[in-house]
This record gives sequence, C-alpha cells and structure tokens, in this order.
Amino acid sequence: MKEFGYERPAHPTDALAMIAGVAGARFLGGGTNLVDLMKLGVETPAVLIDVTALPYDFVTDDADGGLRVGSGTRNSDLAAHLAVRRRYPALAQAVLAGASGQLRNMATVGGNLLQRTRCPYFQDVTKPCNKRVPDSGCPARDGEHHNLAILGGSDLCIATNPSDMAVALAAFDAVVFVEEPAGPRAVPIADFYRLPADEPQRETTLEPGALITAVALPALPWAANSRYRKARERASYSFAIGSVAVALDVADGMVRDVRIALGAVAPIPWRAYRAEQSLRGQPATEVAFREAADAELEWAQPLRDNRYKVPLVRNLMVRTLIELVQAS
Amino acid sequence: MPERVATLSPIRLSVNGREYQLELDHRTTLLDALRENLDLTGSKKGCDHGQCGACTVMLDGRRANACLIFAVAAQTHDITTIEGVGAAGNLHPLQQAFIDHDGLQCGYCTPGQICSAVAMLAEVEAGWPSAVTPDVAAGPVDLDESETRERMSGNLCRCGAYVNIVAAIQDVVG
Ligand SMILES: Cc1cc2nc3c(=O)[nH]c(=O)nc-3n(C[C@H](O)[C@H](O)[C@H](O)COP(=O)(O)OP(=O)(O)OC[C@H]3O[C@@H](n4cnc5c(N)ncnc54)[C@H](O)[C@@H]3O)c2cc1C
Ligand code: SF4
Ligand code: FES
Ligand code: FES
Repeated sequence: MKEFGYERPAHPTDALAMIAGVAGARFLGGGTNLVDLMKLGVETPAVLIDVTALPYDFVTDDADGGLRVGSGTRNSDLAAHLAVRRRYPALAQAVLAGASGQLRNMATVGGNLLQRTRCPYFQDVTKPCNKRVPDSGCPARDGEHHNLAILGGSDLCIATNPSDMAVALAAFDAVVFVEEPAGPRAVPIADFYRLPADEPQRETTLEPGALITAVALPALPWAANSRYRKARERASYSFAIGSVAVALDVADGMVRDVRIALGAVAPIPWRAYRAEQSLRGQPATEVAFREAADAELEWAQPLRDNRYKVPLVRNLMVRTLIELVQAS
Repeated sequence: MPERVATLSPIRLSVNGREYQLELDHRTTLLDALRENLDLTGSKKGCDHGQCGACTVMLDGRRANACLIFAVAAQTHDITTIEGVGAAGNLHPLQQAFIDHDGLQCGYCTPGQICSAVAMLAEVEAGWPSAVTPDVAAGPVDLDESETRERMSGNLCRCGAYVNIVAAIQDVVG
C-alpha cells in the first residue's frame, strides 16, 4: 500500500479546503470499501480526509413530510431508525440485506452511495479494465461476467453497481445533497449516477472533490407499502445477483401508482420506468405484473453467462408486486 | 496543510479500558496494531478484507471489522477485544456457552464469533430488525434460530461449527 496522510476535520469548510488543497486527497467514510481497495492497490490516495467527525450523523423529519438522512449516518442506524422502518420499509430492508452486522456498523450513507463495482477485473490491478485504466480494455465481456449488467452497459464497460441501499433510494426518488467547489447542489438520484457510455471511469455526475452531506427522502405516504427483495448466491453476507425495490399504491384492485427499481442488473440502480408506466391504471393482477416486467426486460442485452438474470429479476418483480397487493 | 504530508502519527488507542500511546504508519490497520504492537493476539486475521469476521472487535460497544479500519481512524473509540470480554476464571456467559455446546473446532474464528455475538445481543436488545425479520416496522424481535443465523452471518467458520455456535447463543438468550 502507498503511504498516505490523514486528516479528520470537524468542519465541512475545512474538509472542502483540504480536498481542494492536495492532489490525490480522498474522503474516508467507514472505510469498508476504500480501505479494501487501497489494500488491493486499486486506490492510491495521497491523503485521507476522514469525514466521520463532520456533523452529518442524523436522521430528521423534513418540513414536507419526508426524511433527511445525514451522509455520515451508519448503515445500521439508518436501518434501525423507526421512521425509516415505518415510512420507507424497503429502504430499511435493502440496507439490512447488505454486507454484515459488522460492516453495516462501519459503513456510512455517503460511502455506500459511492462504493465501487465488484467486477473482478476492476479489483485486480494485474488485469486490464476500462473503468480503472481508461482505454485498457474490458476483459469481462468475453470473460467472467455472470454478475454483470444486462441493462445500460456499453461496449466499454458492463459493470454493475453493487449497492442495495441505492436501489431503494432510486425507487423513492431520493435527493442527494452535495457541497462542490462551485457551491451546494441538490442532485436527484436519477441524475446522480452516470451510465458508462464512453467514459466508464466517471460513475457519477459529481464534480471532483464533491462532499456528500445528506440524502432526502421525499414524502410518499404509500411508500409504507414497499418491499426490497434480493437474490444472491448464498443466504446472507453476499452481494445481489438481482434485486428489486417496489412500492405499490393499490385501490379497488387497480394500480394507482407504483415505483420499481432493480439492482445488480445495470451500472446504476435501475429505475424500471417502463414497467411502472405500463402498470399505472391497470388491474393489480399477476398477468399485468408479468406484462410490466416484460416491458422493462424487453430491453435487456444479456451476455453468455448472465442470461439467468432476465427471468430472475422478472420473477422478483412479479412476486414482490403480488406480495404488496396482499399486504395492502 | 504542510508541504510534505506526514504519513505517520502519534496515535492514542483506548483498548479494554487501557490507554496506549503509539507512533504508527497510517497504513497500519487496527487489527495489525492490536496484534503486532499491543500484543493482543486474540483478534484474528482471516481474510483481511471484511469477508470473514475473524477480526471482529467492538468500537463503543458496536461490532466492527478491525481489518478495515486504520488505527489512526480508531482513536476516538473505546475498543473492546476478546481479551476485554472475559478471562480464564471470569468467563463471559457466551464464552461458557461456547465451551458447553462445543461451539468451535480449531477455534480460529471463535474470538470474532464471541465479540460479534456480544454486540449482536445488544442490537437485539435495542430492537434492531434484521434481513429475516418479517415486518421491519414492528417492535422488538424474538431471537429465534433463523434470526440468530442471519445476524451472525458476518462470521464465517471454516470448521463449520455453526450448529453448535447457534445453540450456544440460543442458550444464553434462554
Ligand atoms: C465483504 C463485504 C460484503 C459487502 N456486501 C455488500 C452487500 O451485500 N450490499 C451492499 O450494498 N454493499 C455491500 N458491501 C459494501 C458496503 O456496503 C460498502 O463498502 C459501504 O457501504 C461503503 O461505505 P463506507 O462508509 O465504508 O465507505 P468508504 O469505504 O469510506 O468510502 C467509499 C467511497 O465513498 C467516498 N466517500 C465516503 N463518504 C463520502 C462523503 N461524505 N462525500 C463524498 N465521498 C464520500 C470515499 O472517498 C470512497 O470513494 C460489502 C462490503 C464488504 C467488504
Ligand atoms: S466491466 Fe467495467 S469494471 Fe469490469 S473489466 Fe470491464 S471495464 Fe472494467
Ligand atoms: S480478517 Fe477482517 S473480516 Fe476477515
Ligand atoms: S472453529 Fe475453526 S474456523 Fe470456526
């Protein structure tokens, strides 16, 4: 591992000055991804700016009836928070479905949003990878890609975003608050992540040195009827091979409104707008749910070893929608 | 900020109620500091990547993987290792239960299992739900076998002593 400096500012202005002042400085949250990548030689920061002393460890009510979560909130505290569990249960479930009790105690909301892909080539500095070293190639396309993208990939990169939490945030139209060199900005989650296209090394729309301060969950009364479902290769302590966050508003057997986001199928948490659109105003039946899932997955471009994801996420969507009808 | 960035610092660690003063390279993980510098070798290194739980310690009573936190970043916490959980002649009830139920074979994962279980019981006490809790919005959870397995999934055991580990924990819960 390369040597590095360490700072732990208590004030956001100091943190921003430090990141702007040193080339190769990086923010450190819980460290569960960054420290791991430093050990692997994937990340080589010159200075770590520990953000855990900043005043961002909170969950509070917003005036509009939503919730605001500080970026320093530990994943376990987010999932244990009663307002989250009652008003946005899919978010609590998504966080609880990730990693382990130990890791969730360390991991922060900001770090979770910016965790890197688990593509095996990205994590192995002896291999080419367009995301890690632009223009070096992508061995995954013809190689190990069983857990990589079926939607939204490009010729240059088919990595999947590994976060469970971000899938639920996508379903709830969360807004990410950041401090950038040019000032503060509120970024809707739909504009936060970038598809790889021809620049797989750029994963978000954030400016270099951006500090995430908070995430807002807009008010959505029917989000209480929401659920996160995750498929993985072992029962626990494993990344998703497919997942879904769904919220359903159903009345008199009809779908009034619905939110669907998919995980582990795309380079970003994938909002299933086509499925949602095909469902609004339709009867809340299994047939309609299947059609909606197909409307989304019609666009899938699976590769040799990840075709299984298409029926997997279709069934996850349909099963979860049925459960939410039964629950309402 | 100085021209040349300092890459080692004086570091103060509070472990099992004792204060230690060290000078460490920032690259030193808490796990390595405990084992190599403080001679607290109860915490084990299995994977060094957060994937096994053998290095589990408690930071302010909350379980964490000591292999993924740098010692320099651990200075603000009260750290508890297995050496602070109990000792011969004064075992923690979980330690006694692991002995009674044969909750181990080689014993390599055991310090991490026990630190994890101590903190896990506090999480249940605080009403935290888990991934197998049917209704996360509901109140307290009953720590049955499936809840125990899920909550302890961050601790792997190569010897496969899981059945007896779960039995030991269930015994302490009563
Ligand atoms: C064994 C293992 C299993 C896992 N399983 C899962 C799983 O099943 N599901 C899942 O979703 N995740 C899983 N994870 C990943 C885990 O959720 C992430 O590592 C964690 O959420 C990252 O948060 P952190 O605070 O530790 O981030 P860090 O490692 O501290 O940082 C990650 C990135 O975010 C940046 N950063 C941190 N905070 C800020 C901020 N406030 N502003 C700007 N930038 C910031 C850092 O610079 C860094 O680039 C697993 C991890 C491990 C090691
Ligand atoms: S899929 Fe993306 S991250 Fe994986 S090897 Fe190809 S370029 Fe790298
Ligand atoms: S050594 Fe820390 S989790 Fe394996
Ligand atoms: S007892 Fe040998 S690894 Fe668990």
